[in-house]
Amino acid sequence: MSDFAQPRLTLGRLTIHATLLLACAVYLVPLIVMLLTSFKTPEDIRTGNLLSWPEAFSAMGWLTAWDSIGGYFWNSVKIVLPAVLISTALGAINGYVLSMWRFRGSQLFFGLLLFGCFLPFQVILLPASFTLGKLGLANTTTGLVLVHVVYGLAFTTLFFRNFYVSVPDALVRAARLDGAGFFTIFGRILLPMSVPIIMVCLIWQFTQIWNDFLFGVVFASGDTQPVTVALNNLVNTSTGAKQYNVDMAAAMIAGLPTLVVYVVAGKYFLRGLTAGAVKG
Amino acid sequence: MASLELRNVQKSYGNSQIATLKDIALKIDAGEFLILVGPSGCGKSTLMNCIAGLENITGGEILVDGEDISQASPKDRDIAMVFQSYALYPTMTVRDNIAFGLKMRKVPAAKIEEEVARVAKLLQIEPLLERKPSQLSGGQQQRVAMGRALARRPKIYLFDEPLSNLDAKLRVEMRTEIKLMHQRLKTTTVYVTHDQIEAMTLGDKVAVMKDGVIQQFGTPHEIYNNPANLFVASFIGSPPMNFVPLRIRQRDGRWVGVLNSEQGSCELPLPITSDDGLRDRELILGIRPEQIGLAGVGTADFSLAVDIEVVEPTGPDTLVVFTLNQVKACCRLMPDQAPRVGETLNLQFDPRKALLFDAQTGERLGVVQPEPVRESKVPRLVSNGAGTAQ
Ligand SMILES: Nc1ncnc2c1ncn2[C@@H]1O[C@H](COP(=O)(O)OP(=O)(O)O)[C@@H](O)[C@H]1O
Ligand SMILES: [Mg+2]
Repeated sequence: MSDFAQPRLTLGRLTIHATLLLACAVYLVPLIVMLLTSFKTPEDIRTGNLLSWPEAFSAMGWLTAWDSIGGYFWNSVKIVLPAVLISTALGAINGYVLSMWRFRGSQLFFGLLLFGCFLPFQVILLPASFTLGKLGLANTTTGLVLVHVVYGLAFTTLFFRNFYVSVPDALVRAARLDGAGFFTIFGRILLPMSVPIIMVCLIWQFTQIWNDFLFGVVFASGDTQPVTVALNNLVNTSTGAKQYNVDMAAAMIAGLPTLVVYVVAGKYFLRGLTAGAVKG
Repeated sequence: MASLELRNVQKSYGNSQIATLKDIALKIDAGEFLILVGPSGCGKSTLMNCIAGLENITGGEILVDGEDISQASPKDRDIAMVFQSYALYPTMTVRDNIAFGLKMRKVPAAKIEEEVARVAKLLQIEPLLERKPSQLSGGQQQRVAMGRALARRPKIYLFDEPLSNLDAKLRVEMRTEIKLMHQRLKTTTVYVTHDQIEAMTLGDKVAVMKDGVIQQFGTPHEIYNNPANLFVASFIGSPPMNFVPLRIRQRDGRWVGVLNSEQGSCELPLPITSDDGLRDRELILGIRPEQIGLAGVGTADFSLAVDIEVVEPTGPDTLVVFTLNQVKACCRLMPDQAPRVGETLNLQFDPRKALLFDAQTGERLGVVQPEPVRESKVPRLVSNGAGTAQ
């Protein structure tokens, strides 16, 4: 970094920076409004404008919000963790087989899986609920996890398959000659190399499943509903005055985990997405 | 140490109509060093993978010490391979890379330790043991790849173009080292290369391949001096053998070929006893650059004056290009004999080493010279006849 001369401040450069700052503002303002509003009291909201500073920071909105959706937050955790882990693990094994142990028809198989990536949520609602009913998993957390796993497999398999395709075959051949079997090669050689793509997969699946609303509404009910559905119920209640501070705080609570995941693991996400792009 | 025999090995990849390997047959004794050469795509790597068990053969047998292993799984064949790309496990240290095969074979930890130390010493990679492959230079990675193969003390080593990713200087060094190592360890080795210097210097036996067929199998000396066909003759040797279109005629009961230059012509006796219908065929004379020399004073036999067109000093000797029967030919002279461009030079051709080929089929024609007696104690398994592809 220090080796490069500091670029001179020209008009062109100023324009670029100004544009970037503007773009930042466009994206940040809603967040700021939400944060500010969530810490205001209802009076404060009525009297001030959207961007005004709270007269006194009040945690009331957050506490009330947590009281009403906190339980559902844990529901989401209970759905997301197994769904993300299982779909990533299965995707990894699928990708490994589809890239390193091609079998007759594996290309067709992969093509069909790829097709799964383009299926809209709505299309699988009826078949999925039929299947869950047959399995006796309707309206259970397990059932919702199953739907998320199956739907996510297309994506996770695609991620891992494309990553492993860029890994030289010779690595697997060398390991086979060294006496390693199917799972040993996977566990000892490929998996340790896969950190970037595992990260991509985890982040992608986490975001998808945590933010899911449709499956949550359809396949869960009452006590098993995820936080997104609870948030919707909270915000859309028509009784009483609108408590914007509570709504905003609840929305922040529901959105926080994905935000945290991106901040913590975001750099892996970029690295992993570009990892397969450069072939050796 | 083990002998290796391939009996009519065939390989077709699932979707292709043409066989990649066609009736590959050869045999090497325990401790011998076999070189596989051939142009890119001729099936060398495929053959290695078949021997290692990484690909299933579609016909024939592979015998190690007389036992058919063609149905055995790779790990049961006790064969180690060094890959062109090295294929080091990127997340493991050098030590773990070398130890991996031993761990997989449940060798006790103390023994593994000992073995890694032995290999590291042999290859002089002791200071690198704790590093990851990405922290090594190409030459060091190459050594580690060899170390991984050496650690297991397998029956057979397979090397698939192990030096082709190294720069020229390192390649020469490693070539010598591999030769030394083989002389010490005496492990049966199959070594793929498209570098003909490696082929000539390393091998006890050389198999020249083209389009999945072994064109010739023999000692380096046989391959060089007695090529079975035009392809083998053109593939081995640098600078390559000269190939000159030839007309033949009979003189005093012997068959001679006519060589023309701008300055005149001469007649070269040919190694054929009857015309065998040769008069109707297009023929090609093959003669190596070092078999053409300056004509001594008074030796007018088989000598011809030529105009020198290009002079290329290479250091130890100088290559001189001229025209023979309308095509460019090259000879190899000592630097102090070298003429200048435009001069006329009297050249002499060694008729005993001249080879005759059919221009259409590339088949070798005429009498094959008997192999000169060599000091080598390695028995020759196949003495090839003219034009036979093994
Ligand atoms: N897995 C494969 N599937 C189909 N064809 C292959 C496969 N591997 C190699 N081939 C074909 O077999 C031929 C020989 O390849 P290869 O053995 O790699 O040649 P070489 O090592 O001599 O350069 C090539 O024509 C190649 O296209
Ligand atoms: Mg090859």
